[in-house]
Amino acid sequence: MTKSELIEKVSSRVTAFSRRDIEIIVDTLFQSMADSLANGGKVEIRGFGSFKIKEREGRQGRNPKSGENIFIQPKRVPFFKAGKEIRERINPGSSEEEA
Amino acid sequence: MTKADIVDIVFEKVGYSKKDVAAVIEEVFETIKAELEQGEKVKVSGFGNFTIRQKRARRGRNPQTGSEIIIDERRVMTFKASQLLKKAINTGAPSVKP
Repeated sequence: MTKSELIEKVSSRVTAFSRRDIEIIVDTLFQSMADSLANGGKVEIRGFGSFKIKEREGRQGRNPKSGENIFIQPKRVPFFKAGKEIRERINPGSSEEEA
Repeated sequence: MTKADIVDIVFEKVGYSKKDVAAVIEEVFETIKAELEQGEKVKVSGFGNFTIRQKRARRGRNPQTGSEIIIDERRVMTFKASQLLKKAINTGAPSVKP
């Protein structure tokens, strides 16, 4: 499913808004999550999951092609953990053992 | 940031009734979950892709007791951030679209 299919589906279920309005809401929704992460914040959507930023330290690496030594700059990477509800829904009938 | 904060931000941008905006956002996440439940992936351009991956059963260990256990086969949800999002996270600049 793509973003436009998502917008299509949501607008078929929510009649209070036009398709265009739904599109603006969906875009603003993901934009606000992206902005929060870009500012180093975390995003928690109950039942869906949480997004966090992890800091990766710089390290000495090697260009696999040329074999030359290079320094890999420190960077921030996004990290996602699925929420309890979705974990259970994609695994029906299994008991949750992790915390 | 929680869902309530997102509702506030979207509400400030689009106006309308906060209750209606909250209902749409609820429906967005529900639609994504339902799609993943069917084993389908969800691609949000500019943000990232949500996919379901099948994990095989494997032998593991209870970290508390040390006893060996079988971890059943299961499905896990993964998220892969788009290049745009990764870039925004590293520059701290406003990302995606205006």
